Amino acid sequence: MKNAYLERLKNGIITENPTFVLMLGMCPTMAVTRSAYNGLGMGLTSAAVLIMSNLIISALRKVIPDKVRIPSYIVVVATLVTIIQFLLKAYLPYLDEQLGIYIPLIVVNCIILGRAEAYAAKNPIGLSTFDGIGMGLGFAIGLTAIGAVRELLGNGTIFDFKIMPSFYEPIKIFVLAPGAFFVLALLTVFQKKLGNKRVIKGKNSATTGGCACCENADVCAVNKSDNKS
Amino acid sequence: MKELLIITIGAALVNNVVLNQFLGLCPFLGVSKKSETAAGMSGAVIFVMTIASAFTSIIYKYILVKTSLEYMQTIVFILVIAALVQVVELFLKKFSPSLYESLGVYLPLITTNCAVLGVALINAQKDYGILTSIVSGLATAIGFTLAILIMAGIRERIEFNDIPESVQGSPIVLITAGLMAIAFAGFAGLV
Repeated sequence: MKNAYLERLKNGIITENPTFVLMLGMCPTMAVTRSAYNGLGMGLTSAAVLIMSNLIISALRKVIPDKVRIPSYIVVVATLVTIIQFLLKAYLPYLDEQLGIYIPLIVVNCIILGRAEAYAAKNPIGLSTFDGIGMGLGFAIGLTAIGAVRELLGNGTIFDFKIMPSFYEPIKIFVLAPGAFFVLALLTVFQKKLGNKRVIKGKNSATTGGCACCENADVCAVNKSDNKS
Repeated sequence: MKELLIITIGAALVNNVVLNQFLGLCPFLGVSKKSETAAGMSGAVIFVMTIASAFTSIIYKYILVKTSLEYMQTIVFILVIAALVQVVELFLKKFSPSLYESLGVYLPLITTNCAVLGVALINAQKDYGILTSIVSGLATAIGFTLAILIMAGIRERIEFNDIPESVQGSPIVLITAGLMAIAFAGFAGLV
């Protein structure tokens, strides 16, 4: 019994890491990872929403009629996001200012609806909560790592601590918008080169849960283009 | 008039919705393989984003602010946008079958497009009036159109090029997007 819970954590953090393996929720990933602090803040905020939404949706899974399940999930998630936004405004105003509009946009983050649809709607409360914790931590780790790399290259610091020697000239572009595209491009190259086996495993689950929840799934060429010669 | 022009340039070029704000990346990467589909998608985005900006700003100004329920904006906006897309689809099907033919496939995809919700939230945040909101929505959609059409054009060319195996597919598209973002960064300081 205990193993199933640990397996959920490992699944979210390593096997199906939303950032590095499934490549979900890329809009917030690229927009807020200017620094490690912002990445960590966004990751933990999304994780909190994800854990609560998995818990609530799993508890309501027998009450919500199948036909209106997506709107119901959206209402649950939007309510949670509003609450979290209030908490951030009250206790972490600096983070709220940094993340700005991307906090309310957590509502349309496909990781959250994806986990609701693929896991929480079918599994008991305990397991769903742990699934949320695993996936949320995986997302937070991914965002923090990308943020750290961009901050290190673009500013010579990580979490505002000076890391690079003083003769290092920061590559400013990495903390600006184009840098996000380049870092993500490198990430996809590494993912293709190193994790081929894992990608195939991840892709399967992406089609059953992650990407399938996105309404772009039918026309989306992101997945298909990878298989193209 | 001058203010509207500044908002238009700001939303379409300087703060380009895709290349600067990272909203609507999914359709930008997913539907940009061919120029025709990219054009269809951008048509639908222009249509929905303009109407959605109008409706959300009317609701925000006359219902949410009046009843001091501004904090409900996230929930209200996403439900309004989702409902609106359904209504627009039904309306087009009945009254303008030819327009429905060309935009129909793309309309349902827009419900989850974060750019539409993003514009509604930005309009509310900056406290724009109704006309200003419509202009800002339209300009944002034009910015999206510019980005996705340029991208589709480049991708059609990339098809014929010899690209290293590990960079094929999404990596080369992202690198292209990064270069486009650098080009668009040139507009900074325009307004």
